[in-house]
Amino acid sequence: MAGTALRGRLTWRVATVATVADETDHVRTITLDLPDWPGHHAGQHLDVRLTAEDGYSAERSYSIASADGEAVAITVERLDDGEVSPYLTQELRPGDQMEARGPIGNWFTWEPHDGGPLLLIAGGSGVVPLRAILRHHQRTGSNVPARLLYSARSLEDVIYRRELDQYGGSAEVRYTLTRRQPPGWGGFSGRIDDAMLARIAWPASQSPLAFICGPTPFVEAVAELLVARHYPTRRVKTERFGGA
Amino acid sequence: MTSPVSRGFHRRRGPAGAEAGKLPPGQHATTDFPVLSAGPTPHVPLTEWTFSIRRGGQALRSWTWPEIQGLPAETVTVDIHCVTRWSKLGTVWRGVPVRTLLDQVGYDAPHVLAFSDGGYTTNLPIGDVSDGRAWLAFDYDGQPLAPEHGGPARLLVPHLYFWKSAKWVRGLELLDRDQPGFWENYGYNNYGDPWREQRYAGD
Amino acid sequence: MALDGNAIGGMLLEIFATDMTSAEATCARCGAVRPVAEELVYLRGPGTVVRCRRCTSVLMVISRVRGLNCVDLSGMEALEVKAASD
Repeated sequence: MAGTALRGRLTWRVATVATVADETDHVRTITLDLPDWPGHHAGQHLDVRLTAEDGYSAERSYSIASADGEAVAITVERLDDGEVSPYLTQELRPGDQMEARGPIGNWFTWEPHDGGPLLLIAGGSGVVPLRAILRHHQRTGSNVPARLLYSARSLEDVIYRRELDQYGGSAEVRYTLTRRQPPGWGGFSGRIDDAMLARIAWPASQSPLAFICGPTPFVEAVAELLVARHYPTRRVKTERFGGA
Repeated sequence: MTSPVSRGFHRRRGPAGAEAGKLPPGQHATTDFPVLSAGPTPHVPLTEWTFSIRRGGQALRSWTWPEIQGLPAETVTVDIHCVTRWSKLGTVWRGVPVRTLLDQVGYDAPHVLAFSDGGYTTNLPIGDVSDGRAWLAFDYDGQPLAPEHGGPARLLVPHLYFWKSAKWVRGLELLDRDQPGFWENYGYNNYGDPWREQRYAGD
Repeated sequence: MALDGNAIGGMLLEIFATDMTSAEATCARCGAVRPVAEELVYLRGPGTVVRCRRCTSVLMVISRVRGLNCVDLSGMEALEVKAASD
């Protein structure tokens, strides 16, 4: 028992920024040098703590963007009225320090033995933990069929686009663009609805495993559509985000 | 372990001109209006909405929405202070003084417990709501109060931390003995004076 | 707006020293059973409130008072922690 409790204990570690890379004009991926990181499951979080010179500190929780075995990365979307995300996406540079603790959360996670087929549905920056799942899926050579349906405002808002377009055989990636579509756009347009899911969602008879991540209203709407398509609620895992 | 300083990180600056002396200790000024809730936003049609003053669970008097709207209202400009450390200066509200409502029932209790749709409660000494420093507010910044900010009507008690200004308020229970409300039960101060920084029980 | 229990995984791990997002909460009012990760969470008040996704009654309240976490679990009939799988 004591061992179990200890393993679960959270400690803040000093993290040093290794790289920063812009994904879109308001989204940035930050890789962290985190000595003694214990490893993580795809879909887990880490908490970040920033401390100002006057002692003021702020904590936020982010999905881990990388797969286990890769450098720990987070992907942060800038919210203009925020206090932390503008700092992380604009001010931060390699060599800077912060604190981090994790990994956190054992529910919204996927390992190959959890099976599938996998249906991943992302709204905006909700793609981050789902990207970690796709990378883990690929790195482990899983033969579980996987599909990602990613709802973004426009093609310019798609995070990880080059990577997602490369999955090819191991996972199918489809986009729906809700605000603006480029000329000749061949993907989906508009909000996710039942007709779109009829073409993308595995039939419930295949006992698929669904992960939905995005802003609260997005997640609620998609989860409801999947339950209406007879997905058991236990096989529809959800994660909502919002706020600064 | 001492936390390392994150180079270039600082608390978000308050608005310029947040005059010294207007901020209680430990507060910073904000220009936006954060939405703080302990539960889902209720949606009660105005035709079904009432405000009641109760005693022993019995309504002494209830007002319908048109009846409240028919009472003399005041427009007030006040500073509000949230225990989560933001303050918003110079907010403009319109509402009926709680004193006006109390005067119509003839009250004699030393305490009140405000109650809201969704089950939220908060307690106040009667003197803090009967002396013209508390309102049943239904307009904010010239507009009907938005549901996420407590509309159709919330309590406005700006001289106390803002959790005392119950959102979606539906009435006051008159009490002979003080009874802690929702946050007061969870370690927050029974009175909540921001100028004495009464955040937690015992402050 | 409500988030969900994933958002407080760190806080819960700090308090319980084991993962609670995958723990199964039973609502004392309506009896619904659901992982904490899927319950409603209101973060932006003085403290944190977890509510039943089915009936919205309060399951858990966490307030941090002078650096100490006060936790009220009385809104749950049961809170079943899953055995660690790793």
